[in-house]
Amino acid sequence: MEMFIQMLVAGILIGGVYALIGLGMTLIMGVMRIINLAHGQLMMVAMYITFALFQFFDLDPYFALLVAMPCLFLLGVVIQKYFLNPLLKIDSVIPQNQILMTVGIGIVLTETIRFIFRSDYKSVKTSYSTATFMIGNISWNVPMFVAFGLAVLLTTGLFFFLLKTDTGRSVRATAQNKDAAMILGINAEWITQLTYGLGAAMAAAGGTLLLPIYYLFPDVGGQFTLKAFVITVLGGMGSTVGAIMGGLVLGVAETLGATYISMDLKDAFGMVIFVLVLVFMPGGLKTLTKV
Amino acid sequence: MKSKYAIIAAIALLVLFPLMVGSDYYRHIFIIALMWVVIGSSWNLLAGYTGQISFGHAIFFGVGAYTAGICTTQLGISAWWGMLLGGPVAMVFGFLMGSICFRLRGSYFNLATLAIAEILRLVAKSWTSFTEGMMGILTIQTFRSKVPYYFLALGLAGLCVFTIYKIMKSKWGFYFVAIREDQDAAEALGISSFRYKTYSLLVSSFFTGLAGAFYMNYMGFIDPDVVFSLYYISIMAILVAILGGAGLIWGPPVGAFIMVLLQELFRSAFFGMAPKWVSNAHAMAFGILVIVVIRYMANGIVGDWPKIHGLWAREKVIPSATSGN
Repeated sequence: MEMFIQMLVAGILIGGVYALIGLGMTLIMGVMRIINLAHGQLMMVAMYITFALFQFFDLDPYFALLVAMPCLFLLGVVIQKYFLNPLLKIDSVIPQNQILMTVGIGIVLTETIRFIFRSDYKSVKTSYSTATFMIGNISWNVPMFVAFGLAVLLTTGLFFFLLKTDTGRSVRATAQNKDAAMILGINAEWITQLTYGLGAAMAAAGGTLLLPIYYLFPDVGGQFTLKAFVITVLGGMGSTVGAIMGGLVLGVAETLGATYISMDLKDAFGMVIFVLVLVFMPGGLKTLTKV
Repeated sequence: MKSKYAIIAAIALLVLFPLMVGSDYYRHIFIIALMWVVIGSSWNLLAGYTGQISFGHAIFFGVGAYTAGICTTQLGISAWWGMLLGGPVAMVFGFLMGSICFRLRGSYFNLATLAIAEILRLVAKSWTSFTEGMMGILTIQTFRSKVPYYFLALGLAGLCVFTIYKIMKSKWGFYFVAIREDQDAAEALGISSFRYKTYSLLVSSFFTGLAGAFYMNYMGFIDPDVVFSLYYISIMAILVAILGGAGLIWGPPVGAFIMVLLQELFRSAFFGMAPKWVSNAHAMAFGILVIVVIRYMANGIVGDWPKIHGLWAREKVIPSATSGN
């Protein structure tokens, strides 16, 4: 039982960070109706920025958030402006060419990083990387705990932005009905760029928060792309509340599955849940909450 | 009429190629290109004609390859039996995948196919007692010469393209296109979209499975990360078809040759003429190619041929209203 609770705690903590990554993807999905298959790769770029800052300037990973997030925001805006938006004007047999474009961008990002940093595994070793504290019999990993806290903070900030500010309202309007939003004078082109930038910045935050406990290599992005889209579908496409729940569910399912079934299949559990959700609950978790 | 001669000339050239060129290296490139003709054309049947964009054709390729491999490791028979079994086994997986994924549309469908391919990759990796896991399967090639493999691949590619050509001329073909253009309208006219999508998927998975079994026999080595690869099988299949022209019979064959040659150019650093770092960047070149193709050639080389031709032809070409054949 103690083991179970311990694993549950670990699952929820990692789930909070997953939720952050999933939120970025869900935002992009909601506004542009495409799955961003470069999401994990954007996150990987942010991780390398943090790593470089730590290596050369000895900057703490948590402060690096302040650099990595704006950088990725800019990168996201550029990608949306020069690579994804122009595709809307092209007629082709394949309607999903934006998704394919994100795949291409993902490959280029991975290879660029491989070119600069080589393929070796890297990690950021901080003084608190392995620190833990105990509450009762349950041990809490300090960096995971901080990551969870910051993830909650950033998520709250995002919700405030989406619900209370004018720009946030424009984002939601564009997600609901792009044409109607444009008629009402919203600059939809800029909103898509902003959204992609925000999505990328959220992914950057997720990556940076994971860095003190995770190792780093150029191909790390692929697995997080898969996780992010599992979360997005699990929560219901375009639903922000759903994405948070999806992230937590995925985190718990992975940790419990790895403990009780098989370590090797850890990454497959997410996929299996994903297919089951698609088949039995196509609307995702958001159908349960009606939000 | 002119295109008919061009096709006959191309086929004659392909048949004579291994007799004219003695180098095993060039023969190898052509064999791989012919294999990609099969995979690209099958993807094209499902996606280009029926409109179901699969991000998981590695499922069938991998299943075909593993069927052939497991024939040797578990059943103790020749991997050539895989050429008989690979197609049907891939069809079984195709049927299962279809029964799950065809309930979904658009992005949901894309992602479900991608997820199933990932599940199979991870299972193949961890089910060591059956698939040998990460060690992969190693067999000994039957022929030392490339020529038998070349003609086998050519036969396979010919059979595949011809079958798809015939299907698209038949009633099925019109149903497929109707589903691609507007699924609801097709349903309203009495076409069971689920049934015809499944037919399309079955044919597509059969040929991709055969290509997988061929790969096992030809290369003699497979492992889960190679044959179930998202980028180098599933995405490559999409690229081959899009580069040539999705929804066109000659699109994927043209795309396959250009794609394989381009990849080989980068891998070998332009046959050793460019500096060494070029060959390290071949994966990057692949990514850039994805971006360029989708950005500037959404209808592929065959589909956009009038436009490409117009670049150097002086007179203005008016694109025909009905593209495709």
